[in-house]
Amino acid sequence: MGDLFSNLGLGFATVFQFVQWAPPLLGGMSIPIPINILLCLIGALVGTLVGVLPGIGTIATVAMLLPITFGLPPVGALIMLAGIYYGAQYGGSTTSILVNIPGEAGSVVTALDGFQMAKQGRAGPALAIAAIGSFFAGCVSTVLIAVLGAPLTKLALAFGPAEYFSLMVLGLIFAVVLAKGSVLKAIAMIVFGLLLSMVGSDIETGASRMSFNIPELADGLGFATVAMGLFGFAEIIRNLDAGGEEDRQLVQQKVTGLMPTKKDMKDSAPAILRGTVLGSILGILPGGGAVIASFAAYTLEKKLSKHPERFGRGAIEGVAAPESANNAAAQTSFIPLLTLGIPPNAVMALMVGAMTIHGIVPGPQVMQKQPELVWGMIASMWIGNLMLLVINLPMVGIWVRLLRVPYRLMFPSIVVFCSIGIYSVNNAPMDVVLAGVFGLLGYWLIKHDFEPAPLLLGMVLGPLMEENLRRALLISRGDATVFFTRPLSATLMAISAFLLILAVLPALRKKRDEVFVESES
Amino acid sequence: MKLFNRRVAISGLAAVAGFGVLATAAQAQEYPTRNITMIVPFAAGGPTDVIARIVAADMSKTLGQQIIIENVVGAGGTTGATRAARAANDGYTIITGHMGTHAAAVPLYPKLAYHPEKDFEPVALLAGTPILILAKKDFAPKDLKEFVTYVKANSDKLNMAHAGVGSVSYSSCELLSSVLDIKPTGVPFNGTGPAMNALVGGQVDYMCDQIVNAVPQVKGGTIKAYAVATPERNPSLPDLPTTAEAGLPKYQASAWNAIFAPKGTPAAITAKLNAAAAKALDDENVRKRLADLGSDIPKPEARTQTALGTLVKSEVEKWSAVLKPAN
Repeated sequence: MGDLFSNLGLGFATVFQFVQWAPPLLGGMSIPIPINILLCLIGALVGTLVGVLPGIGTIATVAMLLPITFGLPPVGALIMLAGIYYGAQYGGSTTSILVNIPGEAGSVVTALDGFQMAKQGRAGPALAIAAIGSFFAGCVSTVLIAVLGAPLTKLALAFGPAEYFSLMVLGLIFAVVLAKGSVLKAIAMIVFGLLLSMVGSDIETGASRMSFNIPELADGLGFATVAMGLFGFAEIIRNLDAGGEEDRQLVQQKVTGLMPTKKDMKDSAPAILRGTVLGSILGILPGGGAVIASFAAYTLEKKLSKHPERFGRGAIEGVAAPESANNAAAQTSFIPLLTLGIPPNAVMALMVGAMTIHGIVPGPQVMQKQPELVWGMIASMWIGNLMLLVINLPMVGIWVRLLRVPYRLMFPSIVVFCSIGIYSVNNAPMDVVLAGVFGLLGYWLIKHDFEPAPLLLGMVLGPLMEENLRRALLISRGDATVFFTRPLSATLMAISAFLLILAVLPALRKKRDEVFVESES
Repeated sequence: MKLFNRRVAISGLAAVAGFGVLATAAQAQEYPTRNITMIVPFAAGGPTDVIARIVAADMSKTLGQQIIIENVVGAGGTTGATRAARAANDGYTIITGHMGTHAAAVPLYPKLAYHPEKDFEPVALLAGTPILILAKKDFAPKDLKEFVTYVKANSDKLNMAHAGVGSVSYSSCELLSSVLDIKPTGVPFNGTGPAMNALVGGQVDYMCDQIVNAVPQVKGGTIKAYAVATPERNPSLPDLPTTAEAGLPKYQASAWNAIFAPKGTPAAITAKLNAAAAKALDDENVRKRLADLGSDIPKPEARTQTALGTLVKSEVEKWSAVLKPAN
């Protein structure tokens, strides 16, 4: 325990380092400035501003802003990058809530209830609870990393291809539970999402599948492209057709209170707590862990709630839980990087790149060799979360005011910003065209009461599922029992089966309710 | 409307970061008169990107104009290389390619939209990243000789990880299998990180990968290394024998990185770029940073444009013999 405090002490000492700055204007006088805190603040601010552009998710934001940290000292650069990362993640949630455009897989779930809240004039509380939940989750997981970082690494290593496949199966079951309407339609959407995820190169042979000799499709459909079309563009088309305009005006008139009420806080508190726990655990798993965290948290809340029917119609727990899980997972996903030097996801791979550019090669020894770096980063995570709260709570008012911009001005700008965002991810015009196609598809889906969220989740989980299935079977030489004989994998499969029964049973029993749901919209 | 302006400002920022620099100046008399775009066909932060950025920063000083890195990712680097091949041959668009994009891609992608020799002018060889033969830490063989015997005897039971078809790791693994004349089960991962994770976790038996990714794990004792596939030992792992020393001289592999310009770029311009790159490779700071990555810095005789042209030719032949087409 003494170690822990001295380590954290070292971390905070690094973060609170003051540098004497002598601007020529002051004639030799020097003022001490907390350089790392400033870098963290700037990082979080810039990350939020870029991340809030629809279409630019965390990976794109970090990749885009990576070069601006090259000129900084290594510790400062990594602290700033961590700030950018949290900022971008929060920025993505902002667009999910305000305009129903999730910038990345993690915020798809936030859009479900967040946007409904915005429609009911409660965008303020939704944004605020997202910031508060994220901050709480950030605090808890920072401590968790400091205390349990090293032992938790074992979990990351215990997960082989078979375990990942089972985890992805569990993820797909979550996607079924997510659906607020017909279960059959939700399954159809998941399968369609899985199908879309097969576009691209075969992982084992490299042969291209369903790419129709279009070079831009060789690496598959981008998440941002599909999400932007199905959520963003489709929503715009729907708003523009008859009746939509009225709906919009209603939103503008109804904006009430910016901060969550006491009841909101009371409703959200347990959701935030549970989301944090789930997110912290799942975030450690390399690969899909963090993706699954947010909707696992949402599913859990929906299952535990006394009024599951409120979910998908503006339940504040439906925003609080996934946002907390999201942030906790973002944080604990640093564990494999800090203890093993192995990046668990694309954003962390960029972090490794940043480290190597600064001459630090992360590995199992980085904790012993460069303790000020590792503990400085851990301390900066907490500071970064604090910055997010400081930056975002006052900005809630500004974002909400954005909703009051007349829709005839707003929708062209959303279209323009979406297109810029999609284009700049890969610098590919084809992606913008594809997003347009998915916009039309999304409009058709809305009109026929198909929900786009399960489709997106299927699309995100598809490749992970396929790759791990094939890896597991390659390693076991085709023996499919491997999923049930490895204890971790078997446990996950059992939970999946249990959840599936839970999800399907009421649907079979409550046919009447389902009919009601469908005729409502 | 204050808010709207803020959003415009954000998009401006994104546009600058995302789009690179727009061509404005008229045809130059004294090259370079404006910024040069260097395409890196891989993600920011990867080995090629890091090498390109270190060298480009020094070249910018020599040339008096900024070299801007544009990461154009996709299809094993061939998306970026295709774009570079089609760019104007005025010296303002160049590319840092590597063993994959400018050699192994030829046999791997039969429908490749460019040819490394026909569509590019060789400019300068930058640095090579040696390949190591790696295994999980409790893998039975003690040295490379035992490894060869063991792998040959148990090839049908072993799992060889690689970072996906088209990756350096894949090509190097295939080369090893062809040298040893074995057909192990190749387990594809999405990139080096996940493959390394599986090796550290003992899910797979062995793999071949670039030294930069492996050094920390080897030093930390989480995996074992048998040999480095270059003619000389590497300073970052001085105790590790070369494949020649350890008894497998036929296995030689290094992920070389080099600058290319679109075909037809004037010789005066490519010569100027070559000189700037050569100067960068002599800079103490650049050398130190590349050495930290485990990179081999080419000797002066290997730095000429002719030498690079010859290297590309021989590498295309070498990989064409080893790799089968993906489709």
